[in-house]
Amino acid sequence: MQRCDAIVIGGGLVGSAIAYGLARGGLKVALLDEGDVAFRASRGNFGLVWVQSKGDGAPHYHRWTRRSADEWPALAAELEAKTGIAAGHQRPGGVHLCLSEDELAARRAMMERLRGQAGNFGFDYRMLDRNELADLLPGLGPAVIGGSWTPYDGHANPLALLHALHKGFAANRGRYVPNITVKEAGVAPGDFRIRLSDGEIGAPKVVLAAGLGNAELAPHFGLSAPVKPLKGQILVTERARQVLPLPIATIRQTVEGSIMLGDSQEDAGFDTSQKPAVMQTIARRAVLSFPWLRDLQIVRAWAALRVMPPDGLPIYDQSEQYPGAFTANCHSGVTLAGAHANLFAPMVAAGALDSALDRFSARRFDVPAAT
Amino acid sequence: MFRPRPEGPGPAVAVLVEGRTVMVPAGTSAAAAVLAAGFDSIRETPVGERERGPYCMMGVCFDCLAEIDGAANRQSCMIEVRPGMRINRQQRARTINPGAG
Repeated sequence: MQRCDAIVIGGGLVGSAIAYGLARGGLKVALLDEGDVAFRASRGNFGLVWVQSKGDGAPHYHRWTRRSADEWPALAAELEAKTGIAAGHQRPGGVHLCLSEDELAARRAMMERLRGQAGNFGFDYRMLDRNELADLLPGLGPAVIGGSWTPYDGHANPLALLHALHKGFAANRGRYVPNITVKEAGVAPGDFRIRLSDGEIGAPKVVLAAGLGNAELAPHFGLSAPVKPLKGQILVTERARQVLPLPIATIRQTVEGSIMLGDSQEDAGFDTSQKPAVMQTIARRAVLSFPWLRDLQIVRAWAALRVMPPDGLPIYDQSEQYPGAFTANCHSGVTLAGAHANLFAPMVAAGALDSALDRFSARRFDVPAAT
Repeated sequence: MFRPRPEGPGPAVAVLVEGRTVMVPAGTSAAAAVLAAGFDSIRETPVGERERGPYCMMGVCFDCLAEIDGAANRQSCMIEVRPGMRINRQQRARTINPGAG
């Protein structure tokens, strides 16, 4: 049997960020990736590294997201130095636009709550009125009446990030195993074995980062990951000279010049088809925000499935039944990449998750029925 | 590099490629007119500023993007020639005029 220090199941953004962090820390790591039959949320991302709006009512999630956004510049620089691949990360702050008085009032109330919940950790934001936004954003549509801004937000190229993580993982002598669907495993505390096409591989640690596949996989390891698909659709315009100085929650211009328009949320099971009605809504809202978008051609569009826990917050756990087995689940593989590579991976290497992650345990869903 | 097939229809439509008049058969694509005019590139890439010209001729590769009658980033292989059509070089990414909003 082949041996290594840790097996990571799932080669998307979550799995490869953790595998990269583990291999960089000196562990001998095998990264098992499914293949084109997988839903591959990491190929369909919008690409925001987004903090504002995360964790209303869940300050631990807000802090974790902020910490990840803070790790991003170092991770991006390190990956570029090591692999030559720039993940296109920029952190100019970000804006959320409101198109009605109701939206603006709800936004203002939420931003105030986030500041209150942040306590001593602090939360720097500003509500911007129409004139302030118009100074910041060229050609702002008359439908926009205000918005919120924080300095924490940014964006990146998710495909370049994924490529860089894989290349960096390989450079750290990680072993990448493609085209393997893990359905079962030999499990014992600190002893996990998985059958590959060329024999068995064993390790004292395993990390489940199989996205939507975690729901079925986790129980084999004494873990729970009740994630469900939530469809998102995205439109992409032709490339244009830089015009947007910072990302907006549903509109961003890539470093190459494309403008990406998102993002819808549909509970449609495992259906990944695109729906014209949803695409129309995305386009209409974008044109209300920036009428000049009307002149740009749409050159690509796609739908992908988010990996969504029941309450929208990530799930992190170590198995009590089989210590050494960890799980990581979230819908923000881009935003949380900094935390996964630089914070979560060292915890796995040390064999224990930090108490800061206690509240992310799937135990939060085990609420006894009232009698 | 390219010559019309001898059995094909003769030149019937005059278009301007980078200001140079070229006669092509009716039904020809703007990209074919670019090649017939002797150009092997008709755009510069938005990021690397490299020369590109018609390649796949079937609407897939986007290397034939050109400015056609003043409209930026047109896929010239998917557009049929019209008399007097002006086909010009697409210089890097197109510009946007955000206006007053």
